[in-house]
Amino acid sequence: MSTTPHSSEILTLERDHIIDLASKGKRIDNRAPMDYREIKIQTGIIEKANGSAQVDIGQTKVIVGVKIQAGTPFPDTPNEGVQTVNAEFTPLAHPTFELGPPQENSIELSRIVDRNLRESKAIDLTKLCIVPGKKTFVVFIDLNMLDHYGNLIDASTYAALSALLTSKLNEYEVKHDELIIKDNQQPLPMNDYPIPITFAKIGKTLMLDPNIQEEHAMSARLTVGIDNEDCVCAMQKGGLGGFEPSEIESAVETAIQKSKEIRKLIIEATR
Amino acid sequence: MIDDKGLRLDGRRPDELRSIKLQVGVLHNANGSAYIEQGKNKIIVGVYGPREIHPKHLIISDRAAIRCRYRMAPFSTDERKHPAPSRREVEISKVIREALEPSVLSEYYPRTVIDIFIEALQCDGGTRCASIVAASLALADAGIPLKELVSSCSVGKVKGHVIVDLYDLEDKYGEADLPIALMPNHNLVTLIQMDGKLSKEEFDKAFNMALEGCRKISNLQNDALKRKYKLESDTETSKDSKEEVK
Amino acid sequence: MTILVQKKQLVIPGELVAQGEYEPDLNVYKDGENIYSTMIGFFEYQGSRISVVPLKHCYFPFVDDIIIGKITDVGMSGWYVDINSPYSAMLPVTEFGARQNYSRKRVTTESLSVGDLVKAKIIAFDRSRDPLLSARDRELGKITRGRMIKITPSKIPRLIGKEGSMINLLKKESACSLSVGQNGIVLVTCNSPKNEEVVVELIKMIEHEAHTQGLTDRVSEVINRKLRGVKTGKA
Repeated sequence: MSTTPHSSEILTLERDHIIDLASKGKRIDNRAPMDYREIKIQTGIIEKANGSAQVDIGQTKVIVGVKIQAGTPFPDTPNEGVQTVNAEFTPLAHPTFELGPPQENSIELSRIVDRNLRESKAIDLTKLCIVPGKKTFVVFIDLNMLDHYGNLIDASTYAALSALLTSKLNEYEVKHDELIIKDNQQPLPMNDYPIPITFAKIGKTLMLDPNIQEEHAMSARLTVGIDNEDCVCAMQKGGLGGFEPSEIESAVETAIQKSKEIRKLIIEATR
Repeated sequence: MIDDKGLRLDGRRPDELRSIKLQVGVLHNANGSAYIEQGKNKIIVGVYGPREIHPKHLIISDRAAIRCRYRMAPFSTDERKHPAPSRREVEISKVIREALEPSVLSEYYPRTVIDIFIEALQCDGGTRCASIVAASLALADAGIPLKELVSSCSVGKVKGHVIVDLYDLEDKYGEADLPIALMPNHNLVTLIQMDGKLSKEEFDKAFNMALEGCRKISNLQNDALKRKYKLESDTETSKDSKEEVK
Repeated sequence: MTILVQKKQLVIPGELVAQGEYEPDLNVYKDGENIYSTMIGFFEYQGSRISVVPLKHCYFPFVDDIIIGKITDVGMSGWYVDINSPYSAMLPVTEFGARQNYSRKRVTTESLSVGDLVKAKIIAFDRSRDPLLSARDRELGKITRGRMIKITPSKIPRLIGKEGSMINLLKKESACSLSVGQNGIVLVTCNSPKNEEVVVELIKMIEHEAHTQGLTDRVSEVINRKLRGVKTGKA
């Protein structure tokens, strides 16, 4: 069951102030409407994982670990690897995150990140088959929110991409039906990947990368994923409001430009 | 999947919707209800409310809360679906609720809940769109105050052709899937999702095709409501059809 | 300024009914110059006030409304009452029954128990609290017999009629006692089961055809035929 969430997180005065600033093209942290907060990417921080990364966008922190293990392929793709994404909204990340099974926001986030990778075939699953129809590599991508200060979608996806781009896969040999893992490692085979860009609609203004106060004041959010060839690969609207068609068109254009900047950052960080 | 006459596997043109049947007020107990058949999709929606809200911690002091559940019947798909809610159903419940929220005048009934129960009895692609179309009708049928009905439709791409209202096969083997929901009077898009790959030009074409599809479906929704409630014994037929007041 | 729809025409949510400097009254909303219906119902206007009378809606309580409700629970200081609304009402012990020595007042099921019907007045209701009832006035209190019918609350005024004309007609011709709540609940108490059936049929007919012309005539025709036993050709 999906239920309207409480809108109690923010003072009316504060929300009105943010909306008023937005109408003048200003933000409470003095950013320009189309500026991201500072993005920091660290990779290789969890040695026991095949790959890992932490991305900070402003004060939002998400850490992603990639574990690659042998498993069974899906019956309809017997010669391909398996990709699975899970998101944990750990209680330490925000006072309102509770213990328990994943809630709809966590499920939505993990599915957005998953689709971003899956449709574009970012992970080359065709190269992860061990024994056709029987054994394959399963890539577990686990997203851990550490500190929620807005825009978990972008932070999680950038961290997942950074972790995957620096993931190492052990070489292996199959001898008499037994899988022998060797010590040599190869990078996880990756293809092109889309970069998500998230907008908030505040009053009648679109802004990029909402921080948590802006998320409480926004009427709706729109995430647009753009790949290396400037194609639209993913979209997701969230929130209680809506967008006019012209706002969506303009968001796509901005996302095409912005994704290039973010892509550069990720390539730098995962070199 | 598209032949040389430009027709799709099921014989439709790229801009042609599946045949749609809409019925309003089909359930006795629910305050409002609607049923949609769109191609092989068969979806029934029941609405209860506004009613008292339990558990109390869900109460919102200045408006009605909206609760929405999208569920696929185990027999609705080719392979039997496990009855437990899947992550996909959880996400779809959320995006459907968020598609309908902007249309509901929820401030009229503070501290209550409006429950929307969607049962997809047979699924063949585009079920979230069909659900929104029926749910909007069910809300109106229940006497819940609405700004207007929400319409919904998907577009996609198959073999490089942009097409409207994908069915399951086209969704699975196509190159893009873009469902949207629209409040036509307000020109407000209340749901948009996309996965696949579309160039900016293809996106523009697809998006506009989807908006057009929503408008067509909106007319069908309005007809369905009027058909249901047109009473035989008709009303005072007045002398003039319009009145002008200066 | 234009009115785009005829009076009593069926309209649906989102339908544009008027443009210009009109005053949106019930079940319509104004967006810029445009006035739209929010419900399925019948378009009405008086002067510059525009309304839609809904076909179906739930009862929204107003202070001073007389309602008929059902006791659903007994609490520490009163009874919980279902008033056919998304808001559950409370009838305090101090607001029930003839004036008595208050120090001896306590909630007992001897006075009202779960499942009983009560006619009461709404004495308080706002956005922050549930409706508060009082059953102290003379025509209010426990309802001991009768058959309960629910109709759409917006049709109650038509059932009552101008200065009670319709409801009095029904009462007189059927010799039944009729108690009407603003919340859409009607209590019918008849000595004759046959008359009771006719009255119920008439109430449903009035609900169904409230928006039409000539309803009073049609009601009289049914009364003539079924209650007075008058064989009529066409009157």
